[in-house]
Amino acid sequence: MRPNAAPLLLSTLLTATALSACGSDSGSDPDTVEISYKQSTDNSVRVMDEYLADVKEQFEKANPGKKVELVPIKAPDAEYYTKLQQMLRSPKTAPDLVYEDTFLINSDITSGYLKPLDPYLDKWEDWGEFVDTAKAAAKAQDGKTYGVPDGTDTRGLWFDKGIFKKAGLPVDWQPRTWDDLLDAARTIKEKVPGVTPLNVYTGKPAGEAATMQGFEMLLYGTATGATESPLYDTASEKWITGSQGFKDSLRFVETVFKEKLGPDVSDALDPNIATRVRGELLPEGKLGINLDGSWLPQDWLKGSGHEWPEWSEKLGLAYMPTQGGQAPGKVSMSGGWTWSIPSKAANPDLAFEFIKTMQTKANAQKWYIANSGIAVRTDVAEDPAYVKAQPGIKFFTDLVASTHYRPAYPAYPRVSTAVQEAMEGVTTGDSSVEEAARRYDEELKTATDNQVIRK
Amino acid sequence: MSVTQRKAGSGARGVKAGAGGTRPTLPRTLTRALPVAPALVLLALFLAGPIAYCAYLAFTDLQLTGQAESSFTGLDNFRTAFEDEAFLNAVWLTLVFTVLSSLVGQNTLGLALAALMQRASKPVRTLTGGIVVTAWVLPEVVAGFLLYAFFRREGTLNAVLDWFGLPSQNWLFTLPILAVSFANVWRGTAFSMLVYSAALNEIPKEITEAAEVDGAGGWRRMWHITLPMIRRSIGTNLMLNTLQTLSVFGLIWVMTRGGPGNRSQTLPLFMYEQAFQKSMIGYGTAVALLLLAVGSLFSLVYMRLLRTEV
Repeated sequence: MRPNAAPLLLSTLLTATALSACGSDSGSDPDTVEISYKQSTDNSVRVMDEYLADVKEQFEKANPGKKVELVPIKAPDAEYYTKLQQMLRSPKTAPDLVYEDTFLINSDITSGYLKPLDPYLDKWEDWGEFVDTAKAAAKAQDGKTYGVPDGTDTRGLWFDKGIFKKAGLPVDWQPRTWDDLLDAARTIKEKVPGVTPLNVYTGKPAGEAATMQGFEMLLYGTATGATESPLYDTASEKWITGSQGFKDSLRFVETVFKEKLGPDVSDALDPNIATRVRGELLPEGKLGINLDGSWLPQDWLKGSGHEWPEWSEKLGLAYMPTQGGQAPGKVSMSGGWTWSIPSKAANPDLAFEFIKTMQTKANAQKWYIANSGIAVRTDVAEDPAYVKAQPGIKFFTDLVASTHYRPAYPAYPRVSTAVQEAMEGVTTGDSSVEEAARRYDEELKTATDNQVIRK
Repeated sequence: MSVTQRKAGSGARGVKAGAGGTRPTLPRTLTRALPVAPALVLLALFLAGPIAYCAYLAFTDLQLTGQAESSFTGLDNFRTAFEDEAFLNAVWLTLVFTVLSSLVGQNTLGLALAALMQRASKPVRTLTGGIVVTAWVLPEVVAGFLLYAFFRREGTLNAVLDWFGLPSQNWLFTLPILAVSFANVWRGTAFSMLVYSAALNEIPKEITEAAEVDGAGGWRRMWHITLPMIRRSIGTNLMLNTLQTLSVFGLIWVMTRGGPGNRSQTLPLFMYEQAFQKSMIGYGTAVALLLLAVGSLFSLVYMRLLRTEV
């Protein structure tokens, strides 16, 4: 058997090398915290990168021997979530700390991707400073908390005062009904050619922005009561199909695009529309009214890429009206992001230490301001330095009183996609409002495992 | 004894090696197979493994998010697919895309280019070949962006149309499936051209010359001499082209993302949307298996074509 030894040895060696090459190094050094977050697809916007780099420096100084590794994921929203979920499935790729959108968090909790933080939170004094609604944002149906919110947001109408003057509209504009809003857009279209009168996010490419900034801002204004959700019936724990409010909201979207009050359909269905609105259309004075979130100024602050400090003089703010002006007369939706620890994280304890460093009062305040977020810590919210830091903060903070939260149950992401499809159908004109609503009803059944109710 | 055995063995060639003491023992066969083992193990692990796993997933309701445990659901995913308007739309668009860009576009244009280049002068041949091959060498995403820039509203095509005083439009929006088909033709023609150039060079000059002497014109020569002689290349080329076109993803993703609506959503894009955007991995892999079925269907047709020709 002697001459056989060589091939035997060689093959064993080869197999061993090949196999070990794929098995080793999961990157879980006990002294390193790996942090995954969403990096803007706009190269000049580096708000989060800079903030995290700053906290990283503080953390490494305060904890000698410990290291922080930032793992940015540069992608549009929808692709960020997918990438993250794939990473969370395996201990080899799961980071120690992730940035989670609250609309998805329940879904990810159900999948067992995240770790309950209650043992940490119980021992953390600052947790008492967080407002209750924010604490609830990352609380799952099992009563445990899975994330620390880093701020919240509200939504409203941004309008260009220059365009309004040219169109002969008041610069202290406040529409009372949807018709007021559409009429203003029609006036702009007629009197100020060359600008987009009204932007409402729509369709699958815009992702959750279409559902939340666009559709839900309409749909929640069709409700008769102030607190009920027109998407989800809490009493029966079922999703609502075929409501009149749903069709009316679709009709609004259809009107915007049929009458060419919105951006060109091909632009509206470009995945980068949100980045373009903030970076180009608004600063260049090419957009009359924009239905959007409170965070827009983060791109316009000093050193954030599209510096535009004059925005507060150029742009006006108005509440989004309800459909027919019914009480409470204005609509806002709130969401936000949280910091969560994956269940497969290698260094959860160290990760929570990093959350604490991020959420000292000073750092939290710095972040709210840099991110144009709405404070969820009471000590910051009361701080005059925060309130005065930016025009608009008061307007959007006042909305918190009448804002709505999404029914962010596990099925929500798929319901949201179904909404986007319905919107896209009426935006392109491929389907009528009735067809789109009918298809939504069907889609809703598959998305929620038939947990639907007709109202 | 060994002599008689040898004699007996010489009749059937295969038995020859088995003579007397040289008959390989089992351990010996094993050691001989050993050097191949690493490759086999790797193939099983990284090729067969994922494929088998994928096939298994297609029969489950696995979701990327929003689900505590997945379960085996049998043929549910396939049933859903055939009842799903969007799936049927994707199948239809895939067929349109394949027939337009692969069969009609890449294949015919490739052959035409190859035939023309046969007659062209050397510099023309080198130049054309170079340009066409460049399109093929470009990475898919780069090609996608180039054609996106060509077709979009402010793009090159509209600039050219404007110059001629023709009305311009956003091609990616009005005719998305045509635009992406054209893109695939642009990118893939070089491959067909190379295959056909090689095949045409193989045709003996005497035959063509004989036909010419007999008075056959260009078209008749093409139809009666050239095409029959390169039939095998046509078959191979069609098969490769079709399979590649069926799986085109990056090009369409970059140009239209399957939109607007789902007017350019071919099967690979539909699959991606289901698996990764709607998080339904199980359903997505089921669609992937169906795509595989469509591919094999095409292959079968071409294989038959090949067999009858030779």
